[in-house]
Amino acid sequence: MISVYYFGAISLILIGLYAVLVKKNLLKMLIGLSIMETGVNLLLVSVGYVAGRSAPILSEGIGPNQAVDPIPQALVLTAIVIGVATTAMALSVAMLLYEKYGTLNVEEIRRLRG
Amino acid sequence: MLKRALAIITLLIIGYWLAQGLAGVPFGEDKMLVGQYYLDHVKEQTGAVNAVTAVVVNYRGFDTLGEVTVLFIASTGVGALLWRRRKERTARTEGSIVLTTGTRLLVPFVMLFGAYIFIHGHLTPGGGFPGGATIATAFLLLYMAFVQYEIPHKAFEKVEGAVGVSYVLVGLIGLAIGGYFLYDWIWQDWGFGTENIGRLLSGGFIPIIYTIIGLKVGTELSGIIDNMLKEEVSE
Repeated sequence: MISVYYFGAISLILIGLYAVLVKKNLLKMLIGLSIMETGVNLLLVSVGYVAGRSAPILSEGIGPNQAVDPIPQALVLTAIVIGVATTAMALSVAMLLYEKYGTLNVEEIRRLRG
Repeated sequence: MLKRALAIITLLIIGYWLAQGLAGVPFGEDKMLVGQYYLDHVKEQTGAVNAVTAVVVNYRGFDTLGEVTVLFIASTGVGALLWRRRKERTARTEGSIVLTTGTRLLVPFVMLFGAYIFIHGHLTPGGGFPGGATIATAFLLLYMAFVQYEIPHKAFEKVEGAVGVSYVLVGLIGLAIGGYFLYDWIWQDWGFGTENIGRLLSGGFIPIIYTIIGLKVGTELSGIIDNMLKEEVSE
């Protein structure tokens, strides 16, 4: 069964991919990459979801059989941090490119390079 | 125009392919065995109530050490890419009265909230990474409100190095006591906090490691913010 989470994740991935493929502004491409990343994270988290159960914090009334799978959440926690780090790197490269060429348009950057 | 149409067609094909592939994945059904094992044994093995935290710090602590290393390398990379001989902040507009007053009032509480998030990582949602990010937002607020503000670089570098070393040190103490890297000796050997699972003083070394991670993430993200906001000035 395909649920609404899968549709959300797939559409986020596709929106991000569209921005990466079509846009010419470097910043917009990076935003597209971030959106794609969000989609993939949503997909991973939703794989661990179990219908009718609560978050994996074993407090009162929530035993081991009333909680969802903790592993996808832990992995997504890792993925988010790495995503932030790579986005920061990419943004600083974009800053350097803007300082050097005075534009963020990828086609112009390529043409000026010759 | 043609390019856009081609892109949309490609996207539709990829989307159909993704949906096809994912249609076979069982959704909302029972867990795999590993997750069930973690949930069944998390309390007695790690003393943490939050299973996600236990997986991140205790069962896969080595993985998290690598993650912190990646963050450190990225922060160093941003510093290296944006390195200049002499740089200063060149922003000219001070923050408005709302922003400055709000910042003065809120910064201590934002930092306190960040510390709360990473100290209570084994009890509530959250942990070192979100807590550190919250602390970094406090510094971002200060940067936005006051054009002259600078983070204390010397202290930050020392804290960053010290907490990075102390993570490895915690792991090595575990190696010396229990025989493998990142062995949770506080919980396994000492049994510290066995009676108050679910309260603050429990969870083995998870609060210690999350404090370390929180400080590290906070200082590194603040460093990234600092590097990005500065520009070169002629001497």
